[in-house]
Amino acid sequence: MKSKGVKIAILSGKGGTGKTLVSVNLASIAERSVYIDCDVEEPNGHLFFKPEKVWEEIISVKIPFINESLCNGCRKCVDFCKFNALAFIKNKPYVFEEVCHSCGGCMLLCPEKAIGEQEKPIGKVQKGVSGNVSVHTGIMNTGEASGIPIIKNLLSESILVKELPVFVDCPPGSACIVMESIKDADYCILVAEPTVFGVHNLNMVYDLVRLFKKPHGVVLNKCLDGENPAETFCTENSIPILGRIPFDRELGTLNSDAKIAARENEKFWILFASLLETVMKEVRHETTVNPQR
Amino acid sequence: MKIAIPVDEQNLESGVCPSFGRAPYFLFYNTDTKESYYLDNSAVASQGGAGIRAAQVIADHGVKALLTPRCGENAEEVLRKSEVLIYKSIPGTVQQNIDAFAAEQLILLSDFHPGFHGHEK
Repeated sequence: MKSKGVKIAILSGKGGTGKTLVSVNLASIAERSVYIDCDVEEPNGHLFFKPEKVWEEIISVKIPFINESLCNGCRKCVDFCKFNALAFIKNKPYVFEEVCHSCGGCMLLCPEKAIGEQEKPIGKVQKGVSGNVSVHTGIMNTGEASGIPIIKNLLSESILVKELPVFVDCPPGSACIVMESIKDADYCILVAEPTVFGVHNLNMVYDLVRLFKKPHGVVLNKCLDGENPAETFCTENSIPILGRIPFDRELGTLNSDAKIAARENEKFWILFASLLETVMKEVRHETTVNPQR
Repeated sequence: MKIAIPVDEQNLESGVCPSFGRAPYFLFYNTDTKESYYLDNSAVASQGGAGIRAAQVIADHGVKALLTPRCGENAEEVLRKSEVLIYKSIPGTVQQNIDAFAAEQLILLSDFHPGFHGHEK
């Protein structure tokens, strides 16, 4: 049975649903924990944690450079590149760096070994401490094609303290950048809004976690009295509801002031502590039923 | 001189396609012999870099002038380095654009947009 070093991913089909609210509060409630912000295009968890002792590491990818004296102009690299990152101009390949996805195919393919690699920075990873939480943030440079190399670095096993629970704040949506973020998760929390639009977005991530065979449950955010389409969706599909967060002015104010509600107000501490307890119970249950994880 | 135009349909009475990289077809036209042919744009379904691929096709066909309403920065770079001039097309049919070009009434395109990266409106 595994519960201490458990990796929990928090995701949703769109932005603004409450991923970061849930992630930062759960991480704050846990005795000690690791919070990882994988939303590398717009990381905002650090605004809440305001981590100290921050150090950073530049993340680079390898892109090709053409050694023109060795190139015989066979054009194999240009025709191979599915990303159209290489053009063939005046009988020589020409690299569009920002279009390159660093697949390395052109280097492997070149019969003259005329293509070498060079490092290109695409962003950075910052690590700091905020009370009981170790805060890890991925930041991608504007205009880069893919944040996946940054997420790979954030989630690489060697940097994580194995005994601590890890909360992975995912990017919005269900694209490959989200897949990379949940790939090694033990459990997925889907955050949903109580609207028909919210159900559409919930369905996207619900499809994704089933595709990845990840145990999962839903947190209903912004709950009002009356009908909740997201709750109906969960009931119809037998998805466990882990908790309900009310549509609350005080909570909204704290959150928009970049304050961690559970650290500010006992009422919210109780709310998120209860949510964390439910999540951990589910995780223990799932890891017992599915011991391969 | 061989010129190229992005087109929506394979006839001279259709309009010029508003997109260069994602145009369904390219018309290649020789202003001396009046010969023409059409080509499917292989870049139309590209995930990214459609403008680069489309510009490559234009350059590979030995075109000296491209007539297009607009063009992206990457495509412009390929075309410029390949010595293909880019003229701004005018509203109207493909034939009207060919005639305007022959009469030297078209001007060179001067503003090139950055990539849309999936945000094209």
